[in-house]
Amino acid sequence: MNWQRICSESDLPTEFGVAALVDGHTVAVFRTATDEVYALGNVDPFSGAGVISRGIVGDREGEPTVSSPMHKQAFSLRSGQCLDEPETRLPTYPVRRRAETIEIAAS
Amino acid sequence: MNRTLVVIGHGMVGHRLVEEVRERDPEQHWRIVVLGEEPSPAYDRVGLSAYMTEATAEELMLTGQEVHRDERVRLRTGVGAERVDPRTSTVLTTAGESIHYDALVLATGSRPFVPPVEGAELPGCHVYRTLDDLDGIRAASEAGAEGVVVGGGLLGLEAADALRKLGMRPHVVEFAPRLMPVQVDEGGGAVLGRLVGELGIEVHTGAAVDSVREGTHGGVSAVSLTDGTVIDTDLLVFSAGIRPRDDLAESAGLERGQRGGFLVDNSCRTGSAGVWAIGECAAVEGRCHGLVAPGYQMASAVADQLTGRGDTEFGGADEATKLKLVGVDVAGFGDAHGRSDGALEVTYANNAAGTYAKLVLDDDASTLLGGVLVGDAETYGTLRPLVGKPLPAAPEQLLFPDAGGGGGTGALPEDATVCSCHNVSKADIAGVISSGQAEDVAGIKSCTKAGTGCGSCVPMLKSLLDEAGVVTSNALCEHFPQSRSELFEIVRATGVKSFSELISRYGTGRGCDICKPAVASILAGLSDAHILDEEQATLQDTNDRFLANMQRNGTYSVVPRVPAGEITPDKLITLGQVATEFGLYTKITGGQRVDMFGARVEQLPEIWRRLVDAGFESGHAYGKALRTVKSCVGTDWCRYGVQDSVSMAIRLELRYRGLRAPHKIKAGVSGCARECAEARSKDFGVIATEKGWNLYVGGNGGFDPRHSGLLASDLDDERLVVLLDRFLMFYVRTAERLQRTAGWIESFDNGVEHVRAVVVDDVLGIASDLEDAMARHISDYTDEWAAVLEDREKLSRFVSFVNAPEAPDPTIEFTEERGQIRPAPIDLPTPVVERDREFSSEEVSA
Repeated sequence: MNWQRICSESDLPTEFGVAALVDGHTVAVFRTATDEVYALGNVDPFSGAGVISRGIVGDREGEPTVSSPMHKQAFSLRSGQCLDEPETRLPTYPVRRRAETIEIAAS
Repeated sequence: MNRTLVVIGHGMVGHRLVEEVRERDPEQHWRIVVLGEEPSPAYDRVGLSAYMTEATAEELMLTGQEVHRDERVRLRTGVGAERVDPRTSTVLTTAGESIHYDALVLATGSRPFVPPVEGAELPGCHVYRTLDDLDGIRAASEAGAEGVVVGGGLLGLEAADALRKLGMRPHVVEFAPRLMPVQVDEGGGAVLGRLVGELGIEVHTGAAVDSVREGTHGGVSAVSLTDGTVIDTDLLVFSAGIRPRDDLAESAGLERGQRGGFLVDNSCRTGSAGVWAIGECAAVEGRCHGLVAPGYQMASAVADQLTGRGDTEFGGADEATKLKLVGVDVAGFGDAHGRSDGALEVTYANNAAGTYAKLVLDDDASTLLGGVLVGDAETYGTLRPLVGKPLPAAPEQLLFPDAGGGGGTGALPEDATVCSCHNVSKADIAGVISSGQAEDVAGIKSCTKAGTGCGSCVPMLKSLLDEAGVVTSNALCEHFPQSRSELFEIVRATGVKSFSELISRYGTGRGCDICKPAVASILAGLSDAHILDEEQATLQDTNDRFLANMQRNGTYSVVPRVPAGEITPDKLITLGQVATEFGLYTKITGGQRVDMFGARVEQLPEIWRRLVDAGFESGHAYGKALRTVKSCVGTDWCRYGVQDSVSMAIRLELRYRGLRAPHKIKAGVSGCARECAEARSKDFGVIATEKGWNLYVGGNGGFDPRHSGLLASDLDDERLVVLLDRFLMFYVRTAERLQRTAGWIESFDNGVEHVRAVVVDDVLGIASDLEDAMARHISDYTDEWAAVLEDREKLSRFVSFVNAPEAPDPTIEFTEERGQIRPAPIDLPTPVVERDREFSSEEVSA
């Protein structure tokens, strides 16, 4: 795995998302209330706009989610699966925390 | 052509007539004078008992009172009719005035019947008919003392229940061998008597009042009954039936029915040309009807005739009744006594549960003729509309739909009348639900009027919504069982300051894109903290998170405040320079502002630094907040203006800027009645008059456009501002999430009347609290963008990529059109799943 440093943990408040540029891919990185970190593709598959990182983080029946700020579809943070339209899914990226930084493996 | 319609009597039926005539007379042929003897305008007499304990007189006011502010309608309250002279077509009022009529409608209603008993005129004897009567009974009541109600019918039981709620020990005296002899059969009467007795009401059936004794104080001291019982009491309420008020017949030479009432034909015409009678005072083909639904049908038939819609006849009456005593349901409908030839009865009595139900069927048991329900009348709503129609299911399934199959509103035929007060069918209601016009009971009420009469069909409206799959729970979302207004009160009362605390104490889970912004708005309304402070930032929708409006390609538009649309040339130049420098598309909005499109996240702070330096501030175009107060030029420039609309619009926009609300708020101020600011299509609209300002509320454009309704007239500047402070804060506190002012006002039973009672008349006593809250909002206001520019932490979030802050987003592209940028069309890729494997943070953490 080719891990890249994205930001320090303090740059990513809980229940929040930030966007990152990783090998030409735009990636949305989130941290949940229970302090788990997830990385998904940043491009909203329904509008084509790079906005997923700006969605609201929450849960749906316990499944951690982010909702697209464009038209509010919810995506599972764990699987990238769209919970409103199950045929659609966001890519997910391996993410880890090391030495108070957040890292993503792009390839 | 101008003709005068005089309506004598302003009860529910007289009011309905006025409403219907105005509605069907757009050419304004009729000028209407209404004489109302009581001091207040028409109120819901069916719901009168609520006035004893829970409802105010204002809450009982009927909807549609705005017709009385209509210049074509003149309501004279406290004035009755002394005499009618059909030869000269005049009415002499009790105020000594003579009014000429082209058409006259008698809607004088009825008076309570007081049996000719010795002592019935003594102080302490009351009747149960008007608000004044109830005020008198309340004043005379004494907790713990005995009270006697004469009459065990519908109204008598209501009166007894009212005494019970006043803490008295009520007795009911009924001449017939059972209670409610008209509606209920013997079996039902037995169950009813027992249930009423359990409520603490002592029932004396088969008895009448023999005499009323006078005490040493000159009032009632005791009542003796024909069965020998003597009850010590000084409060007696007669509720032994009603008699039509037909006194005017004598002098006018109008014929009476055999049992009283103005004799009319099926079209409600008396024998005198141009004179009609409707409601309880009318003996239609000799028969009087003592319920409101037939009265409404008569009003509608006469309104048709007056407005040239032909000779509509009164189509006969639905005499069904349902009583809602606390804990005891009673209903009788159709042929309750099985008097039709060959009628068959299906009876179910459950003495253990205290319920009784009977269906009356025709001789081959296929058509429902009527029924009686006691103890549990839940099926009343579905059974009553089936009268005269083939049974859609077996009788037991109709009586017990929960026990499986067949019953419920689903069983009703499409043409069944659900609301008999307004003659609304199941198909009418299903239509507004399926077309999306109505999403809840309030919506059905406003689209069809169903449920705004006696209210007995409201449970059916709910079940029709349920059957259509419309969820009517007022829970905000899966995380909060409360509604927005309930959460607002919780936050206000507990002082909870954060979403985390609120959801851990009052909700479940972690929240979502529905509850988080709603709670953010509530918190913003109750504290002066910046909306991007700490946890608050994580609650905001993207617009609020970047204090700009996200557009279709993920870029943002920027809208500085331009109060009332007034802007200096220098400021206009600044806007042009900023747009040029950052390559933004510009457009003048419908709300008199300049909108600049195409800004990337990382450009927003630089753009705003330029704007703030030039004296601009946030226009809150991104928020559920006050947007604009549109204005015309008023007396400054306009030849017609009568007030300074520009100064007032600026004053209001600056006063309410930044106010967070359940939905965006738009407003307008027009300097004269020509209304160039289109103020009546706004949440609040102010229109100048010669004497001051008229204030309108509850309008909007958008998906479901509405015109606003008049809240108050001829206000001076200060009063206008005070009423607006109260109105807006009342809305902010009590409306639901994303509910605009129009829908919020419709959600009250009495619509704008209720809002007026709270905002103008302060019936809830909260006006000063609302004003204080607004004063706090105004003094705490700071410009959100100026604050962000001074806060490095907040500024650090305005980057495209956390690991490449300056890199523009490669997904954003523009093309050009008419000399400006526009978003490049995006080819949506077929979603490709790059990795099927799921990675949780635990798995990959080092």
